[in-house]
Amino acid sequence: MSDLILTPNIDGADDFYADLLSAHESLDKAASDAFNARLILILANHIGNRAVLAQSLAAAALQPEEEMK
Amino acid sequence: MNKIFETPMYAYRHSPDQDEAAPVRRKVVVVGAGPVGLGAAIDLAQQGVEVVVLDDNDKVSFGSRAICFAKRPLEILDRLGCGQAMVDKGVVWNQGRVFFDDRQVYEFNLLPEKGHQRPAFINLQQYYFEQFLVNRVRELQQQGAPIEIRGRNKVSAVGTHDTHVTIEIDTPEGSYNLEADWLIACDGANSSLRAMLGKDFVGRVFEDNFLIADVVMEADFPTERWFWFDPPFNRDQSALLHKQPDGVWRIDLQLGWDIDKEREKKPENVIPRLKQMLGEDVEFELEWVSIYTFQCRRMEQFRHGRVIFAGDAAHQVSPFGARGANSGLQDTDNLCWKLKLVIDGKAPESLLDSYDAERIHGADENILNSTRSTDFITPKSHMSRLLRDAVLDLSERYEFARPLVNSGRLSVPCTYDGSPLNSADALDGPSRTRPGSPCPDVPLQDGYLLPRLGGRFILLTIDADAPDMIEEDGIEVTRLALSARDDPTLALKARYLGDAPSAVYLIRPDQHVAARRPSFDESLFRAAIRRATGKE
Repeated sequence: MSDLILTPNIDGADDFYADLLSAHESLDKAASDAFNARLILILANHIGNRAVLAQSLAAAALQPEEEMK
Repeated sequence: MNKIFETPMYAYRHSPDQDEAAPVRRKVVVVGAGPVGLGAAIDLAQQGVEVVVLDDNDKVSFGSRAICFAKRPLEILDRLGCGQAMVDKGVVWNQGRVFFDDRQVYEFNLLPEKGHQRPAFINLQQYYFEQFLVNRVRELQQQGAPIEIRGRNKVSAVGTHDTHVTIEIDTPEGSYNLEADWLIACDGANSSLRAMLGKDFVGRVFEDNFLIADVVMEADFPTERWFWFDPPFNRDQSALLHKQPDGVWRIDLQLGWDIDKEREKKPENVIPRLKQMLGEDVEFELEWVSIYTFQCRRMEQFRHGRVIFAGDAAHQVSPFGARGANSGLQDTDNLCWKLKLVIDGKAPESLLDSYDAERIHGADENILNSTRSTDFITPKSHMSRLLRDAVLDLSERYEFARPLVNSGRLSVPCTYDGSPLNSADALDGPSRTRPGSPCPDVPLQDGYLLPRLGGRFILLTIDADAPDMIEEDGIEVTRLALSARDDPTLALKARYLGDAPSAVYLIRPDQHVAARRPSFDESLFRAAIRRATGKE
């Protein structure tokens, strides 16, 4: 079973983070929220694996790592 | 035009039972002549069980109501002798469109699985459905079957005893009493029997209202299902358009929970909405308008001694997914063979407790599915609304989001996983036919599988040997011998064998799998028969 990656995994982390911020720059609160919701769904579909998605939900809820498996 | 729902189909007639000094004892009394009550009565009468149906009305359903009937109920109706009439009259559709706000986001084709005699579902007005059931009752009566419908017989009181039920009935000629060994309560969502027994629904409570309208339209609309999320003509709510037979279209407009029902129902308020929906130029005539209120709840137990609840009287779901009448017919399909065995003394009364276990499992699955649909259609929080809208926006562009769009998941029969009647799965076969599953249909060289199963215990052998008949403690099991070669489309292999070279299935009278193994083993199958009839 594959596990959620929680160690650094993005090449050029600073660049990605800047891209994420700039995607929101011209948006108001409602449009930003909608953007985030779409982004979550797109990424979730790309991951696909339900176990990894469940681990992602737990990680986002800041649950201790041993409870995530 | 004289509509069929305006003509009494089972007018009140004086029964000799009303003249008896002491209450007459009947084997089974069914209360309610809707789809579920009539289904139960036909099932029992076909098995030779005396049954009296009491209904406070004398006509079939007013308006289209249940409208969508899924494959499994159609298969059950085949066994009840009226599936073909339903399918001949009903409308089959596969194309659908989904709208969000003021635009179409996508269209789809359901592409139903091949190799089934019956379509995935049909649209049919409930009044036709009930009419075909009443016709079948009349046909059985002509053949001398012990079945009777008593119109305008309203149950006013029930008394429960260990051995029977007493029933007080009001008629246009005054009241009389009956006794019944068993009473099946199919008197709908507002079941007065449930109230009389002091039982109520438990579970999640939410309510919503729908304006439902049958509209006769000249327009040449395609045979498709159209579903709107948050359309301009019904803001923050949903709308649904469906085709029915006879050029009648069914429209469901969600109204929300806090509304003035009488005001919403007035034609001067309904017609402008429909014009917005269908287009200003479309000519239509309103045949029927009603407000439908639903809750998502069930009774804690369906069986209360000798009173057994089925259909909406036992559980209620939202209309999304057509799970009302469809699950009600599966209730009685589950119940009637068990009741027949108990009445004949071939199974212990405790077999009826498995009705509770299995159909509560089914009701919970339906409530879960329809609750999820409701949460998608009517988001309950800011974030759930945000995610719902994101799914719909994405669905316009990307295929991946379309399976997340939930405007109702079509009713599929429940697998009774964990049922006390199942034997452990001993075949390395397909998951869809594991013990507890409803048998999927398969094309054979001369017809289909399900009609060959009928309504009795069957030992289905596929490329395996077994005796032609086994009898275990009064239960007769007949062999149906097939070979994977009988189905050139390979559906039999795909649905019943998988990678296994051979299989033997024990199939219950309601066409659910009770046990399966790669080959026949007499003592293990005898044990499985005992288990499937509540004897171990």
